[in-house]
Amino acid sequence: MQGDLSKVLRLEKLWLRRAPLPKTYTDFLGRKLFAFLLTAQGIGAFGLITLGVIVRKFNAASNVIHPMVRREISRAGTRLLPMFFFVAIVLGFLVIGQTMAVAARLGAINYIGTIMVTVVVRELGPLLVAVLTLARVGAANVIELGTSRALGEVEALEASGIDPVHYLVAPRVLGMTLGVFSLTVYLILAALASGYLFIFLQSVPLTPTAYCSEIAGSLTWLDFVLLALKTCAFGFFIGIVTCYHGLAQPLRLEDVSRVAVRAVSQGIIVCVLIDALFFLISLGA
Amino acid sequence: MNEKTTNEMAPPIEMNGVDVAAMQDPACILFKNIHWTVAQGEFWVVGAPQHSGKSDFLMTTAGLIPPAAGSYKFYGNETRIFDESRLADRLRMGFVFEHAELFHYLTVAENVALPLRYHSNLKAEEAAEVIDPLLEITHLKPIADVKPANLPGNWHKRAGLARALSLQPDILLADNPLGALDARHSCWWLQFLDSLSKGHKWLREKPLTIMVTTDDFRPWRGHGRKFALLKDNSFVVIGSWSEVVSAKEPLVRELLATPVEENIEP
Repeated sequence: MQGDLSKVLRLEKLWLRRAPLPKTYTDFLGRKLFAFLLTAQGIGAFGLITLGVIVRKFNAASNVIHPMVRREISRAGTRLLPMFFFVAIVLGFLVIGQTMAVAARLGAINYIGTIMVTVVVRELGPLLVAVLTLARVGAANVIELGTSRALGEVEALEASGIDPVHYLVAPRVLGMTLGVFSLTVYLILAALASGYLFIFLQSVPLTPTAYCSEIAGSLTWLDFVLLALKTCAFGFFIGIVTCYHGLAQPLRLEDVSRVAVRAVSQGIIVCVLIDALFFLISLGA
Repeated sequence: MNEKTTNEMAPPIEMNGVDVAAMQDPACILFKNIHWTVAQGEFWVVGAPQHSGKSDFLMTTAGLIPPAAGSYKFYGNETRIFDESRLADRLRMGFVFEHAELFHYLTVAENVALPLRYHSNLKAEEAAEVIDPLLEITHLKPIADVKPANLPGNWHKRAGLARALSLQPDILLADNPLGALDARHSCWWLQFLDSLSKGHKWLREKPLTIMVTTDDFRPWRGHGRKFALLKDNSFVVIGSWSEVVSAKEPLVRELLATPVEENIEP
């Protein structure tokens, strides 16, 4: 058929336009750099659009969207609680177990609370929650949205006059933000408790009151502010990165697994960069 | 919801010199210089072979893809794409996708009710009351609680049609609605589209303006009232069924599954 032939020719021209450059070292680096900058620009723009939609349409179609937000909070929060309690208990045991030996030798048992605050509250707790949520829920987000995109469901939403960012992205981003924040709080509390359980089981002469007052003494108001901001930023950007990769570009079904892997790796990079940024802020404060 | 911004006396769709781009690649122009006017209540059948860009053409007509060039008027109002400020206008068009594109995580009833729930901010049970007659009309009631993955393709399309009709549109665009349907379902579709075109009780007896694409003209005999062809990057108006069967154009004969030298009774 003539129509088919001209389409093939057009596709051939497209293929030529997208043909790979010669694989020299500089071309490779340049292409990677451009790809990184384009992705950063895309994710930034997508994040701003989503933020705008969340603010502007917070109460629009509330009978449809609000139950979806609650479902996402449950998916990225409540349902992950058993796994996070397990991780928290192990984390508390490991941190205390590793530091106890050194602290006992140095006669610094009284600083265990401070170490827990530094390691669990400020660094490891939030980052661990972010990475685990990314792996458990973020990857599922990309696959769900990528499949919807590949099956043409996004076009079907647009044809029905439904804003795909409002319907598909906003609930996921809100659910992820609140989920990561709440899970971090639970994980930190459970890790601190399991840390003391380990101390108790090891018969270390440290009373619960001394342990708690040491932890409270090591915390400042800035810790609470930064913790809240950091965990919300983790959740927001995990939601944005995973939704961006699942939704913001035309996909075929065979692309979904590749895109999921890319989204998870970029999500980890974004989380580490956010963590570094907050570390710099806390140093400057 | 936004107010309509249109002139009701003007034709629903008017294209002048429109170029249609591919959805996957906006730089790729599929059809050039389209001149087409669709009057209120008309029933158009646009034929083209498979993979020639019918869906992109229909999506441009539905305002889902902006025209690459030319003037596109919706009820006399110049339109490139239906953005949020033109939501009320967009909702006057129902669109049925070739593969229905139902939301796989929702049941048939939830799929049909979603546009109504979203735009009228209804609870599920409130929307169910409104949608119930539509499910009855389209015979989807017995499978209302089934998810699309557990349904044959015939019923997917019908659910897609019900979803497109849920907001009682003035215009219906259907992308190859008879493609891959069995004879029973094809027959139902043709009769139902006829009843919509004449004025159905679901649409308060108002005649619906219908545009369908097809890769086979034969089933549309006696149903479609105006025929056109997408051929060699252009849009060609053929006319009525009698003009279709008397056309010497080889592609029209292909879409009628008839050798060029053989004549067909009008």
